[in-house]
Amino acid sequence: MVALLTAATAVTLLLMVPFIGRAITGPTIFDRVVALNGMGTMIPVLLVLIGLLYNREDMFVDMALALFLLNLFMTLLIARHVRDKVVEG
Amino acid sequence: MSELLAGLLIVTGVFFLAIGALGFVRLPDVFCRMHVTGIIDTLGAPLVMLGAAVYLGAQLVSIKLLLATLFLIFTSPLIGHLLARAAIEGGHKPQLVADDSAGEPAPRDAGGDGA
Repeated sequence: MVALLTAATAVTLLLMVPFIGRAITGPTIFDRVVALNGMGTMIPVLLVLIGLLYNREDMFVDMALALFLLNLFMTLLIARHVRDKVVEG
Repeated sequence: MSELLAGLLIVTGVFFLAIGALGFVRLPDVFCRMHVTGIIDTLGAPLVMLGAAVYLGAQLVSIKLLLATLFLIFTSPLIGHLLARAAIEGGHKPQLVADDSAGEPAPRDAGGDGA
């Protein structure tokens, strides 16, 4: 089970690379916001897996929960702000 | 038995995360990428967290994981809707034309009612 958890953590960490690349070189600003949202979903998953790996899931699950909440409001506010900036020019 | 089920759930979830990341590289449009992010939100992350809850058994942490899964399932459509609406109001048009539809009739326009 530890080997499977290590492999899952490593694969999830590797799967962050497309999102980081898209957030850096996105053609439009909305691509970057969507990439940020995807990263904000995958980082708490990574935290849960790391918590299982280190047997400290009580602490890491709380951190993942807080990051899910932050991801929701961050994406909401950044989307509204970018929309207003683009519309006003 | 419980470990087997947990491993199966975690592997399936990571598989869907990989599908999401692959589509995020390959798809051409903002809206297509948003749709793939929806796959990550509704299948990838909840399956991994359900697998973690099954692996941990009956504890308080498992209930927290289930609540986080429920929260993610509820808020993912909200985020998708807000992002798509912001992108449309910011001037993006969805590309509905398929490249390989040579002999097919012309694709319909994007529905014009913004609202």
